Amino acid sequence: MAPSLEEPTQVDLDAPLKAAPKLVAPEPEHCPGPESQQAGVADSCAGCPNQKICASAPKGPDPDIPLITSRLSSVAHKILVLSGKGGVGKSTFSTMLSHGFASNPLFTVGLMDTDICGPSIPKMMGVEDETIHVTAEGWEPVWVSDNLGVMSVQFMLPNRDDAVIWRGAKKNGLIKKFLMDVVWGELDFLVVDTPPGTSDEHLSVNSFLKEAGVDGAVLVSTPQEVSLLDVRKEIDFCRKAGIRILGIVENMSGFVCPGCKHQSQIFRPSTGGAERLAQDEGIPFLGKVPLDPRIGMACDYGESFLDAYPESPACQAIRGVVQRVGEQIGLKKGDVLPEE
Amino acid sequence: MPLDNIRNIVLVLSGKGGVGKSSITTQLALTLSLQGHSVGVLDIDLTGPSIPRFFGIEDSKVHQAPGGWIPVPVHDAQTLTPPSTHAANNGDAQTQIGALSCMSLGFILSSRKDAVIWRGPKKTAMVKQFLTDVLWPPLDYLLIDTPPGTSDEHISLLENLLKQTAAPTSPPNQLAGAVVVTTPQAISISDVKKELNFCKKTGIRVLGVVENMAGFVCPNCSECTNVFSKGGGEIMARDFEVPFLGSVPIDPAFVQLIEEGTRPVYPQGTVVGGKDMAETNGGSDGAKEELLVDKYRSCSLCPLFDGIVATLVADIRSRDV
Repeated sequence: MAPSLEEPTQVDLDAPLKAAPKLVAPEPEHCPGPESQQAGVADSCAGCPNQKICASAPKGPDPDIPLITSRLSSVAHKILVLSGKGGVGKSTFSTMLSHGFASNPLFTVGLMDTDICGPSIPKMMGVEDETIHVTAEGWEPVWVSDNLGVMSVQFMLPNRDDAVIWRGAKKNGLIKKFLMDVVWGELDFLVVDTPPGTSDEHLSVNSFLKEAGVDGAVLVSTPQEVSLLDVRKEIDFCRKAGIRILGIVENMSGFVCPGCKHQSQIFRPSTGGAERLAQDEGIPFLGKVPLDPRIGMACDYGESFLDAYPESPACQAIRGVVQRVGEQIGLKKGDVLPEE
Repeated sequence: MPLDNIRNIVLVLSGKGGVGKSSITTQLALTLSLQGHSVGVLDIDLTGPSIPRFFGIEDSKVHQAPGGWIPVPVHDAQTLTPPSTHAANNGDAQTQIGALSCMSLGFILSSRKDAVIWRGPKKTAMVKQFLTDVLWPPLDYLLIDTPPGTSDEHISLLENLLKQTAAPTSPPNQLAGAVVVTTPQAISISDVKKELNFCKKTGIRVLGVVENMAGFVCPNCSECTNVFSKGGGEIMARDFEVPFLGSVPIDPAFVQLIEEGTRPVYPQGTVVGGKDMAETNGGSDGAKEELLVDKYRSCSLCPLFDGIVATLVADIRSRDV
């Protein structure tokens, strides 16, 4: 007998949050999605045990979308961090971007981790052991500093090594709850870190935020073609979904040997790297960030790399990128990362 | 059952993306083939398939046959002559290598730029199809490369595999277990721990942990830098009481082999010792025609994987009795 793959019930997500009806069977292969307008009436719905439920469910826009929109109306800029490839530094870059924006005390920054199966943000921010507080208003994010708040599924796990074995639909429910119920308050920036790929999480973040308006997406890649290949798919995704691309960052670009100062390309940009890709696709190139072992160390210890090694070339490069992101969303140069 | 002519199935898993699952899968496949086993590689990373790129067969397409898809062959079973300069060194006789073939969604997409934007149910159906509708030749090993995480693809992969391997017609102990890949830094370890818990929950045996990207040897001064720190994988393996298979350093020559198809060349005095100048100055045309598996034998990682694979094979065989 095969062991069952029951979903763990560690987070209470059964509170009413979906306009989608409760289904009696798993969604079939070509399911238009129980939330969609075609639910129950599409060709592929014929024969599905859910057909009746979907067809009779109230139509019209998801009543939760206006809630999300009003909740996020106090957020000035929303930035997605995307990459088709895993492990290229999306989370690292998201934390850098947040720390970078938050270094101006006039800004308040939120960082939301939508990677549900492999959340890294809490560890990188040094708030791994925190849990979230529920108030009458909703869920309180975890505040790393006075003006930098973080939200991640990791905060809700009773045991931090637990695997979250969830199918797409359940992940969408949680992301929606994050957007709807987290009390961000007045924010200047909300940085949304995503898992790799072009699937459920990305689709739902996009559809939930469409009304509220997203400034755009920052794509992260490493220089080698294996990674660029997946990033091309992400560009295609952004175009199809109508997300503006703020630009592309090349991470892990070159490594300077601490012994002999010789620069080597660990991940060779054999096809011209992200810069060439940006040129070909006509999207802004935000800069190259060299590989520095101290970045990884800073992340492991949950420190801000920008504060810890402000003089390093990698830090300079990151500051440049953060500034360029700021320019792309229409901020003045002096506003982001003011010179000390 | 469609997987009946496969002797052993090995999964390559990691909770974290970009730690080198596909790279490790590729090298395991090449090494198994070099040891004379027939190998198949199934890539179930649907939104970011990398296997076609790794084997240099991006332009290949899958053929449809009555009853299913025919996987893309990388090379047939054949005899390799020893690499020219090494022949004198280790007195290798000719090597019998096993056939190698691959299946990936990348072979089915019309353009490599196209995004596969699928929700869970569609991915579930595709994974199922990959497991039921691929006409594999008789294989000693089927390696399954997975996307990061513990979600739709993994759930359906395991549901289907467990169902199929439990069937009375399938070989005993067909589902050998999982190789878990990590990088040494704590961020990666914390995600990979989740994957180990996933294996525990689903009853998949962990064949071992491979620590990838452990150290980088500067090609200029041969100094080894731990770019992503070191030793985390071994500690994690000990904590979870699973075997530790080894640390794999970053080798730019391997990346170059994959990206450009050039036979790895090392400066005098590195691990492999000796140069293969004869092959490399013959121009790219000559080098391209050689088999990937042949060129891989010149890579410094090859002996390392030889050891890892030998351990794996011995472990799997000991269970078969």
